[in-house]
Amino acid sequence: MSVPGGGGAPELFELPPGEPDLPRGRSGLLSGLSQEGAKGVLVAVVSTVVVFFVLGWVVVHSQNWPEVKHAFFNGAEFRDTFPGIASRFLRNVEYFLIAEVFILAWALTLAVMRSLPGPVFFPLRLMSILYTDLFRGIPTVLVVYLLGFGVPAMQLPGVPRSPAVWAVVALILSYSAYVAEVYRAGIESVHPSQIASARSLGLTRMQSLRFVVIPQAVRRVIPPLLNDFVGLQKDTALVAFVVAIPEAFKQAQLEQYADFNFTPYLGAAIMFLIVTIPMTRLVDWLIQRERARRQAGGAL
Amino acid sequence: MRKVLVAVATSGLLLAACGKSSTTTGTTSPAAGGSTSAPPATAADCAKGVTSYVSSGVLTIGTDNPAYPPWYAGDNTAGTNWKINNPATGKGFESAVAYAVAGKLGFSPDQVQWVEVPFNQSFAPGPKSFDFDINQISYTPKRAEAVDFSESYYDVNPALVALKGTPITQATSLSDLKNFSLASQIGTTDYDYIVNVIQPNTEAGAYNSLADAVQALKSGNVDGIVVDLPTAFYITAVQIPNGVIVGQFPPAGGQQEYFAMAFAKGNPLVQCVNMALEELKSDGTLQSIQDRWLSSKVSVPVFSTS
Repeated sequence: MSVPGGGGAPELFELPPGEPDLPRGRSGLLSGLSQEGAKGVLVAVVSTVVVFFVLGWVVVHSQNWPEVKHAFFNGAEFRDTFPGIASRFLRNVEYFLIAEVFILAWALTLAVMRSLPGPVFFPLRLMSILYTDLFRGIPTVLVVYLLGFGVPAMQLPGVPRSPAVWAVVALILSYSAYVAEVYRAGIESVHPSQIASARSLGLTRMQSLRFVVIPQAVRRVIPPLLNDFVGLQKDTALVAFVVAIPEAFKQAQLEQYADFNFTPYLGAAIMFLIVTIPMTRLVDWLIQRERARRQAGGAL
Repeated sequence: MRKVLVAVATSGLLLAACGKSSTTTGTTSPAAGGSTSAPPATAADCAKGVTSYVSSGVLTIGTDNPAYPPWYAGDNTAGTNWKINNPATGKGFESAVAYAVAGKLGFSPDQVQWVEVPFNQSFAPGPKSFDFDINQISYTPKRAEAVDFSESYYDVNPALVALKGTPITQATSLSDLKNFSLASQIGTTDYDYIVNVIQPNTEAGAYNSLADAVQALKSGNVDGIVVDLPTAFYITAVQIPNGVIVGQFPPAGGQQEYFAMAFAKGNPLVQCVNMALEELKSDGTLQSIQDRWLSSKVSVPVFSTS
């Protein structure tokens, strides 16, 4: 199945629930530990400490470390610049939250358009396919430039002139194409027997799409959707290319140009990681839980 | 944070004089060590003693692309990567100054080659692809830690450009500007001027390029942009015909801002270029180039600091 870790046909082999000795998930960070118990944990801790200590020692004692430290890990520069970067990260969060709401709605519309049955809906299906082809094929930064500078420059009456608005619209247009494909994969992963059953109960095609297919599809694609959230959170930095008022990345850029020191970029990176790493771990956890749930429940 | 920047800037300004003299002694010693102890009499003699050219026998000069008027003129971009103007025309203020300096250093016009260098890289630390860069780079003490600078070839003031008929055009003092949205190109002294001197109530905007800042003003996304005065003349004459120069700014902290050529740190050529500039100033060439290419005749009001 095309949905990573999400929907798809039931697993070919099914494991009985509640067996602690069996590996539950293959992707988890701690998956190797439970097999060996306390001794395994100890070995893991010791080997982790040794590996990181050796790596750290090699880096710190390498010949050019003082220059690298001065340029990238400069404590004084970090203390000076980080508060300004952190406070402007709120703008990134704002762009993200606004864009995400519209992406979820618009992408679902696109996916449903593409899944509509019957020849009469062919134009809608075609439009949806063209849209995803177009926006998945164009670099997001190009769309940001195109709309962020292009639309305000036309000075059309009644059209917002803020580059921030149009940069966020660009993110929405671009990411919706990806998210629509995620939704579509979810919709196609719902077994045809589900639709057959719904139709045999007297539901119309549209009703079975609305009440049977989409609820199952959306639930299955939550982990890959979150993956796209992580990507979107990072790409809010693209707004900096057209909006003059600095968010976290542009603030870091301003500080770098002022002092010729790259530590501010590290500060911006930390702010992005503070949001994206928990999201990534949540995705892992959701995938694990979904797998456990389906294994526990057996077949559909 | 801002206070720290201002403190650094002012202490740097106080130290600027001694900083410059130490730079000169620093660049004298390698030249003196390489040849006999007698100091060179002319810029050309000085340049002959320099062995660190990017390509030997050629003077390699850097500037940003597009090469905007009035700094560069004469177009001639067909068949090259240059936009708006090819700096090799010898026309426009900086191109003319560059060729005049090259002449004093003993290079004929066809021994000069131009390389494209983005503005913010021209004064960043590290190895350089040019012997010197001439690109409206203002001397600042912070930049002088990363590259060496020549003496001034043009004293410059920042200026405010806005659209005709907008409220900001009524402003006559720095405090009048506080409630407007202002922007400039990222990494410029003009941006620093907004942040440190004007200190507007709306956060200052920073565009990645001058073209972006001009576009934003055209679209009405900012009330005004801060650029150097000669660039302001070009913008209002060509790029935004309904733009107007509201005024020019008094020097920050009483320290006259000036454009200087940038060199890789420790390049002994600085001293030779300074000699060349001195010769061009005393024989009147620099003034006549300035009279020809920069519209200094037009008077632009200066914002009061009250």
